[in-house]
Amino acid sequence: MSAAEKFGQMFFAIGLFAVVFIGILLLASLAKGRKGERVQSLAFVGPALLLLAVGLLYPAIRTVGQSFKNGDGTKFIGLDNYTNIFTSPEQLLVIRNTAVWVLLVPIFATAIGLIYALLVDKARGESFAKALIFLPMAISMVGASIIWKFMYDYRPKTRPQIGLLNAILVKLGFDPQNFILNAPANTVFLIVIMIWIQCGFAMVILSAAIKAIPEDIIEAARLDGVRGMQMFRFITLPSIRGAVVVVLTTIGIAVLKVFDIVRTMTGGQFDTSVVANEFYNQTFRYDNTGLGAALAVVLFVLVIPFIVYNARQLRRSEGR
Amino acid sequence: MALRVTRSSKALAITAAAGLALMLTACGSNDDDSSSSASSTDCAAYKTYGDLKGKTVSVYTSIVAPEDQQQIDSYKPFEECTGATIKYEGSKEFEAQLPVRVKGGNAPDIAIVPQPGLLKTLVATGKVKKAPDATAANADKWFGPDWKGYGTVDGTFYAAPLGANVKSYVWYSPSAFKDKGYEVPQTFADLMTLTQKITDDNGKGSAWCAGIGSGDATGWPATDWLEDMLLRTGGVDVYDQWVNHEIPFNDPKVADALAKVGGILKNPNFVNGGDVKSIATTTFQDAGQPILDGSCWMHRQASFYAANWPEGTKVGPDGDVWAFYFPAVDPAQGKPVLGGGEFITAFADRPEVQAFQTYLSSDTWANNKAKATPAGGWVSANKGLDVNNLVSPLDKLSAQILQDPKAKFRFDGSDQMPGAVGAGTFWKGMTDWITGKSDADTLNYIENSWPKS
Repeated sequence: MSAAEKFGQMFFAIGLFAVVFIGILLLASLAKGRKGERVQSLAFVGPALLLLAVGLLYPAIRTVGQSFKNGDGTKFIGLDNYTNIFTSPEQLLVIRNTAVWVLLVPIFATAIGLIYALLVDKARGESFAKALIFLPMAISMVGASIIWKFMYDYRPKTRPQIGLLNAILVKLGFDPQNFILNAPANTVFLIVIMIWIQCGFAMVILSAAIKAIPEDIIEAARLDGVRGMQMFRFITLPSIRGAVVVVLTTIGIAVLKVFDIVRTMTGGQFDTSVVANEFYNQTFRYDNTGLGAALAVVLFVLVIPFIVYNARQLRRSEGR
Repeated sequence: MALRVTRSSKALAITAAAGLALMLTACGSNDDDSSSSASSTDCAAYKTYGDLKGKTVSVYTSIVAPEDQQQIDSYKPFEECTGATIKYEGSKEFEAQLPVRVKGGNAPDIAIVPQPGLLKTLVATGKVKKAPDATAANADKWFGPDWKGYGTVDGTFYAAPLGANVKSYVWYSPSAFKDKGYEVPQTFADLMTLTQKITDDNGKGSAWCAGIGSGDATGWPATDWLEDMLLRTGGVDVYDQWVNHEIPFNDPKVADALAKVGGILKNPNFVNGGDVKSIATTTFQDAGQPILDGSCWMHRQASFYAANWPEGTKVGPDGDVWAFYFPAVDPAQGKPVLGGGEFITAFADRPEVQAFQTYLSSDTWANNKAKATPAGGWVSANKGLDVNNLVSPLDKLSAQILQDPKAKFRFDGSDQMPGAVGAGTFWKGMTDWITGKSDADTLNYIENSWPKS
């Protein structure tokens, strides 16, 4: 296709968009009165709803349908794929790993972020200290994984070490460790990467929440003789409870969907696979779309409670 | 599967790049000679293809820069003599994109497919054209029936072979062998005796070094080990049955072969300084390097490993590193050879496409390609290929092995199996096997993953 043809197509697409848009506006302006308002709002929301249905609802329904079918989607096999996920040792391992991720990452990322926010609060060079820990957020997960690959890299004792951690270990006279190979510790080492990325996010949100605590409450507590840990326990934490829950659940959702880190570091090998990665493997590598779809559905179901809780918490904190 | 090709082509690319650099520095003036000799091609041999002036043939392939230049160069005599234009398009996403293009009605005229498994999938779409008679005649004349068989699906011949590689190699250091008085083993029993001797002389874990890490494709070198071993312990018939799933993946004969591989790879006395698990995380590119400093003695890897030695390493029978044929269990039964290669698949049957297909399957092309690859790193199973046209000693050795009448060549098994196994569970299974899964569990796991029809 020549450049002129491409430009032609582009202008055609822009023209078509304009025509459709003007058409909608015209239709909407035709309807008048109270009933007309309803028609108008439908005219504006309609296209978006249609796109949502095509882009989100339809694939979701198809995925659920596929999850009841066999590998190449030709035969209905009922709940077999789901039975497989919750009984076969390979898949159970995936579920176990995902559970470990969902437990460890939100808790540690939030805790570290919170402690850091408290420590740097009103300290000198606060913004610089915050920028430091927020930086990993700016790197893509794949980029972060590649950085950590070099941290964890292993060579036999006789070879020169190029991994930072092993280089230090060898310098100190220990044997080099194969960090990403030995299960189940390797999953923990992968989790460290996610915590490294996410605690900047936790720190920023929680720091803002801490700063939003009304000064007079703190003042009053001081007058009552509340100090140190007590201040944190009885004043700070209750005041930022909403923010903590939002941070925990937001990170939780991100962790359930974690894919890039596992894929880049191990590709799910060495017993480190998680649901999102296994879904990819089953669908695109092992040609087992049925099991892949079932895993996607499981992932979807697992995310729902997080989203519901997150949304309710957000609404409550806004309603206050 | 896809990744294996990228990897081997990458290896070739490195050789090509190194060779190109050499050419530019050492003998830059020769550059002009080769192009002038190409233009003075004797066109008599191309008469049969007729006058194809103004016709265009599009070629889609996974062979990308810089080694694509040698392919393009090898097409030049054909273009000059027939007047046809070859439109060459290389892509790293070839394996993923080709099926998309074919299903979308945008297939190239010719695709260079490196896996018989993928060829089967493509034929199933009904878009692949049967090879013309002239191509089939060439395939009969210049290739063994086994090679022709890999281009045949359900009795119909579709795709003639193009290039090839040999996987049944063990890399070693000839000078170090000479110093210690070690002999290149002629049978598998000799190989195991030598393994024990090296271990006794040089300490635990020094005989073999291995690595199966390859990013996304981690595990494939271990599948080659098992395939090579099954060819030796079970023979070619059992191998074929296994590849085609006529016997289960976990057949006792396969279990025997796996146990024999385990006798080397999972024996801490023999591999990687005693650390078996490190095989899983050592990349295949790095794995053989300790041969150079003497901390390991043997490394089983394909011919394309030649490209992975550091610059300045002399590859040759009297050089720093060299490779010997991975010996047969019983040499009297013939020499099993494991390898890979590419196949010319056509999606159009216009006369110029058929003419080009026929050209690529001829001995003329094979020799043109050999001459267009001055740095080495290319070989074909074409019997018309004059070994003297090959430059590197390893290419010559590979060509000799491929043309040896005693050789029983078999194509890489995982490249022929369904993608779910060949590029999926087989890789994963072998990786888990290295990190501790038992033989039986591994084979059962892969057998259970075989797509049920």
